[in-house]
Amino acid sequence: MSIELAVNGQIHRVDVEPRMTLLDCLRDKLLLTGAHAGCEHGVCGACTVLLDGVAVRSCLMFCVQADGYAITTIEGLTPAPGELSVLQDAFCETHGMQCGYCTPAMILAAHALLAGNPAPTRDEIVEAISGNICRCTGYAQIVEAIALAAERLRGANRPAEP
Amino acid sequence: MTAPRFRYVSSDRRVREDRRFVAGKGRFVADIALPGTRHVALVTCPHPAARIVAIDKRAALAMPGVHYVLDGAELAAATLPLMAGLDTPNVPRRPLAVDVARYAGEWVAAVVADSRAAAEDAAEAVAIDYEPLPFVLDGEQAFAPGSPVVHEAHGSNVLLDRSFVWGEVDKDFAESPHRLSLRVAWGRSSTVPVETFGVVASWDPWREILDVYASIQMPKYPDQIAAALKLPASGVRVHHDVDVGGSYGVKRGIKHTVVAGYLTRRLGFPIRLIEDRLENMRGGDAHGPERLFDIEVAFDAAGVIRAMKMRALDNVGAYAGRSPFQLGKPVGAIVGPYRIKSVAYRAIAVTTNKTVQEAVRAFGQSPTNYAIERTIEEVATTLGLDRLEVRRRNLIRHEEFPYLIPSGSTYDSGDYHAVIDKVLRHADYDKLVAERDRLRHEGLLAGIGLAACLEPSGGNSSFEPLLNPKNATTTWMDSCRISVDLGGAISAAIHTTSAGQGHETMVATVIGEVLELDPERVRVVRPDSIASLPSNTPVGSRMAIMLGGAAFHAAEKLKARLVAIAAHDLGIPPERAVYRDGNVADSAAPSARRTWSELVTIAHRHFHKLPPGVEPGLSVAHIMQVPTGGGLPTADGRVQMYPCYSFEFHLLLLAIDPDLGKPEIRRYVVGHDCGTVINPKIVRGMTLGGIAHGIGAALYEEFAYDAQGQLMAQNFMDYLLPSAHEIPEIEIVHHETPSPHTVFGQKGSGESGYLGAPAAVASGVNDALRPLGITVNSLPMKAARLGDLIAAAREKVK
Amino acid sequence: MKAAPFAYSRPETLDEACALLAADDGARLIAGGQTLAPLMAMRLARPTRLVDIARLPGLAFVRQDGDTIAIGAATTQRAAEAHALVRGKLPLLARALPWVGHAATRARGTVGGSLANADPAAEIALVAVTLGARLRYRDGASEAELAAADFFVGPMVTALPLTAVLTAVRFPVWDARVGVAFHEMSARRSDFAFAAAAAQVALGPDGACARLAIGVGAATEFPLRLATAERALTGTRPTQAAIRAAVAEALADMTPMADLHASADYRRRVVQSLAARAITDAIADGGARHVH
Repeated sequence: MSIELAVNGQIHRVDVEPRMTLLDCLRDKLLLTGAHAGCEHGVCGACTVLLDGVAVRSCLMFCVQADGYAITTIEGLTPAPGELSVLQDAFCETHGMQCGYCTPAMILAAHALLAGNPAPTRDEIVEAISGNICRCTGYAQIVEAIALAAERLRGANRPAEP
Repeated sequence: MTAPRFRYVSSDRRVREDRRFVAGKGRFVADIALPGTRHVALVTCPHPAARIVAIDKRAALAMPGVHYVLDGAELAAATLPLMAGLDTPNVPRRPLAVDVARYAGEWVAAVVADSRAAAEDAAEAVAIDYEPLPFVLDGEQAFAPGSPVVHEAHGSNVLLDRSFVWGEVDKDFAESPHRLSLRVAWGRSSTVPVETFGVVASWDPWREILDVYASIQMPKYPDQIAAALKLPASGVRVHHDVDVGGSYGVKRGIKHTVVAGYLTRRLGFPIRLIEDRLENMRGGDAHGPERLFDIEVAFDAAGVIRAMKMRALDNVGAYAGRSPFQLGKPVGAIVGPYRIKSVAYRAIAVTTNKTVQEAVRAFGQSPTNYAIERTIEEVATTLGLDRLEVRRRNLIRHEEFPYLIPSGSTYDSGDYHAVIDKVLRHADYDKLVAERDRLRHEGLLAGIGLAACLEPSGGNSSFEPLLNPKNATTTWMDSCRISVDLGGAISAAIHTTSAGQGHETMVATVIGEVLELDPERVRVVRPDSIASLPSNTPVGSRMAIMLGGAAFHAAEKLKARLVAIAAHDLGIPPERAVYRDGNVADSAAPSARRTWSELVTIAHRHFHKLPPGVEPGLSVAHIMQVPTGGGLPTADGRVQMYPCYSFEFHLLLLAIDPDLGKPEIRRYVVGHDCGTVINPKIVRGMTLGGIAHGIGAALYEEFAYDAQGQLMAQNFMDYLLPSAHEIPEIEIVHHETPSPHTVFGQKGSGESGYLGAPAAVASGVNDALRPLGITVNSLPMKAARLGDLIAAAREKVK
Repeated sequence: MKAAPFAYSRPETLDEACALLAADDGARLIAGGQTLAPLMAMRLARPTRLVDIARLPGLAFVRQDGDTIAIGAATTQRAAEAHALVRGKLPLLARALPWVGHAATRARGTVGGSLANADPAAEIALVAVTLGARLRYRDGASEAELAAADFFVGPMVTALPLTAVLTAVRFPVWDARVGVAFHEMSARRSDFAFAAAAAQVALGPDGACARLAIGVGAATEFPLRLATAERALTGTRPTQAAIRAAVAEALADMTPMADLHASADYRRRVVQSLAARAITDAIADGGARHVH
C-alpha cells in the first residue's frame, strides 16, 4: 500500500505492507532510527513517538493507520545538527541516561508532559514516564532532568514548544 | 573546606556520551544498515526435552523472499562447539540444537529471508518432528540420582561439585555455644536490558575478514567466534563503536554470532540476527542465577559468628556456559564484610531443562550477599539481639585492613563502621524506627531493612583456575593508547564496547588529570578488535580500575616523554624539567620553557632535536595486568579473587498493607564507598540503577516455569520490570576509603546497589512480618505470595 | 515479533464496516489497537483483514442523552478522561480511567475497544457492569442494545455477534449526592489488576445510603455486580462490620482465577477487602463532596 506520513514537518510517501508497524516504518523506510524496539508488544515504551503532540507507542500502530497525524520523533525535537534543545540539554546536565536506548522515548514523553504542564510535581513527572522502562538509571536522574528542564523553560519566559 | 585533591577527577563533569543519545544518534546494532543485508528468525523447540527426528524445510524454502534454512547438523559439521568454562567435554554447546533439544525455546533452526517479517512467516512453516523426552526442572531433583539426565554422555546433571574447607571449621563449630541453619533461595531472574541482543555479520571474501557489529559485552568475544568458525582471531573484526543498549553482564551473544557468521560466509551477503523479545526471553540464554543456599553458622552469645558452612546449588539450565563460574567469584567475598574465621563452601552447578544462564551483574555476588545477610539477621533474631548491633560486632574494623579472609582474598581497604554511622545519622535512625512503630500502630505491617554488603571490583578470572584446574588463566588485562597528532590534538583509544558506563568520559578525565589539560581536549576512539590492544571488557566492575589505570599509566608515559624531549632541547638535566599544564619549564630558570605546541613539533618533525633512544611521534600505550592478580589457587582453593572491595550499607523503611501484601518502600538511604570517585554523575547513576535492578529481583521479577517446562514469563506483561512508580526516591550517603592498589584510589562501582538491595528489601519485609511469626527466605517476594502468608498467619492467630 | 500478513481497510461508514466483517470470517475490527496489536505481534491473533474504525465518522463522541451519558465506541480513553461530561456526570468512570494502562495507551485505546475486548481486569468493563450501562451495537443493518450484565460472558468473551460493531455505551447518570471510589490491586502500578472494586453511592439527606452500585473485577472471568450487597446496605448508615458482611455474603459463591501472579485465595480475599474499602470511601466521598 502507498501511504503518506507527516513526520517532523515533512511529508513522506512510502510503499508498505499493512503489517509494518509505524516503528519499523520510521526506522527502516525513513531511516529515523531514534525510536527503538524494546519489546514490540507495547510495554517498554522505547518506541514512543508523538502523534499530534501526544505520546503513543509506535510499535502498536500499523503505519497504514498513521496518515493524517503530525508525527514527531526525537529527530524532530533536535533544533539543528549538533545543537540540543533545553530539554535535551537538561538530560545531559543531570546524566538522565546511561546506555541511551530508552532516552529518545523518555525525552518525547517529557516533551509531551511539559507542553501541557509547565510546572509538574515530582509525582506528575513520575506518572508521565511510568510507561517507559529504563533498566540503567533507576529513573532518578531522568526525573531530575525533566524537573530541571521545566524550571529552565519557565525561566526562559517563553511558551513551551508546541 | 579542604581543597579538592584533583583538578578533574571527582568533579561533577557531564558525561560526553550523553550528547548523542539525547539526539537519538546512538549507533545501536539495529541501526547498522549494510547494503544487501538479509534477516534471520529462529525456529524454537516447544518441548522442554525432545529428540529432533526430522526437519522439513520445503514449505519454508518455497515462500517468497526466503533464502535459507540452517539446521543444527549443518552448523555443527562446519563449526566447533562453543567454549565452556568448566571441564565438561561431554556437555557440548551448539548454537542450534543437534539431535536433541534440551529446553523449551532452544533454537533448532535459523531461517534467512529478505525481511524479518518474511523470516518469521517462514519459521512458522518449518515442520519439525519431535519425540518428547523426560525432563527435569528442579535443581535439587536434578542433583539427586535417578532424575532425567539432560546430557546423557555426561552421565549426570552435575556440572560442578566442589567443596572447599578454609580454616578449622569443625573445631570452630564444636567450640561455639550456638549454631543455626537455614535455607535461602534466590529465584531465577536476570537484568533484562531494554535492547535485546543483536548481531550483524558480514563476510568479506576478498580481505578474508568477518565484520561483526554486535550489542556485546563479552571478554574474548572475537576469539570465541573465531575459534567456533575456525577462523584466525585476526580474521574477525568486531566493531567496538557500536553502542550497547544495556547489558549488565548478559550480552554474550556467542551462539547468535556463530549462526550469523556461518550464514554470511555460506550465503555471501550480510546477515542480521536481532532477537525479538520472545526469542530473547526464552532462548537468548541470558537468565541469571537460580540458587539454593543451605547455610549453617556457629556463633557465641554476643552473636559473633565464628564459622560458616555454605552449600550453594545453582540450576544453570540446559548447557554449561560461563555461568557456573558465578559460584566461584563469590569465593572472593565469601564472608561478606564480616570477620568469620573459618568457612566450608560447597559449590554445585546442575543442568536442568531450562533456559541457559549467563553472567549477570556481579556474577553471583548478589545472591551470596543475600544469603549472608539473611543469615546474620537470623542470628540476631535467634538471640533476641538488635540486628544492627550484631552486624557491628561482626564487621571487619577499619584498623584491620588489609584483611585476609579464609578463602585467600585480601580486602584492600574499608571503613564499614564509618559508612554505617554516616547513614544512620543522615537518616536519623531513631526517628525512622519510631516511624516504623507508628505505622504498625496504624495497622500496617512495617519493617526496617538493613544490608551491609561488599562489591568486589577490578575483575580477575581466578574463579576459572579455581573451578577448572585445566584452565590456568591468570592474566586479566586492559589497555589504553594515547596519540598526540601533528597539530597537538590528543586522541585516546579504548578497546571494548560500552553499554552506558561512560568510559569515554572516564578515560578523558583521567588523561586530562595526568596531563593537566581540559579533558574536553581528549578525543576517545574505539578501534576494531583487530586494531585493538587487549581488553577484557567491562565485566567484574573493573573499568575504573583497569581502563582508568591503563589510561593513567599511558598518560604518565606521554608526560615523561614530553619532559625528556623538553629537557634535551633546553639542555638541562631531566630532574630540573617541570611539567605544568602541557608545558615544560626549567625549574631553575622558569622563563626557559617549551610549550605543548613546540614539543609536539619536535616530536613529529624535528628528529634532530629528539633525545637519543626516544621514538619519534607522540604515541604511547600501556597494557596492564589486574593489581594483585597473577596467582594460581593453592591446593585447598585459596586465591586472591578481585583486587578492590567497595562497600555499601542499605537502610530502608517499608510498609505492607496486611490485606494486600504489597511492600511499599517509604524511605531508602544507601551509604556507598567505592574509594575515589572519578565521575560523580556516573557513579550515582550506577548505584541508583543497581538498586532498581535489586528491587526488581527482590519483589517483581521471575522467570517462572510451569510443570510442563514452559517459561511462563515470556514477555513484558508477565516478566515485571520496575517502572518509575516502583522505585522510591533514594538518598545516597557518600564515603571514600581509597584503595591502595589503584592510581587515584578508585574502586569499582558498576555493580553497586544491586549487590545489597535484594538483601535490604528482604530484611525489611522480614522485619515487617516478624510480629506475625513469618519468615520469608526466598526471592522474589511477590505481593500475592506475601498476602497469602499473612492471611494464613492471621488465621492461625484466630 | 512481526504480525502475520493481512489486508487493510478503512471504511468510511458503519455500513461499509459491517459489510467488510460479514464478507470475511477472518476480518477483525481495529480501533486503538492497544490490545490487538500485541496479540498480532505475538501471532496469537491472525486476522486476514483489519477493518480500521478508529476514525470512522460518528463513532467518537461524548454526549448527554436524557439521563444517560453516551460515549461513542471509538472515543479514545484519553478523550473520555478529559471530557467535561465524564468528569462532571460520570465521576466513577472518571475515577477509573486513569487506572487504564498508561497515558500512552489511553491516547490510542478506545472505550469501545476495551469493552469489546472484555479482559477480566478491564476497568471500563467494571464500571459498565457496576453502573448498569447499556451497550449498543450494529450487526448488518440492524441495531441492538445489551445490558452490561448480559454483555460480558467469559474471559475475553462477549455476547457481541462476530459480525457486529460496538457503536456506543450509555452510562446512567445519578442525579443525587453521589460519592465514588475505585480501588485496584496489581503487582505494579499499571499492570493488569488482580482485583478491583468500584462503588458509587448516593446519600440521602440524613446521610444514609439511598442508593448503591457496587462491582468487583479482575478476580473472576468478568466483572460482577454485588446486587445483594447493594440491597443489604440501602437505607442504612453501615458500620465497617456491616459492609464487610454484606460483601462477604455477596461474594460467597465467587470462583476466582489463579495464575502466575496471584492465587485464587488471594484474589478472593483482596477483592472483598477492596470492595469494602470502595464502599467506605464512596460514602465518605459523597459526604465530602456535598458538604453544606
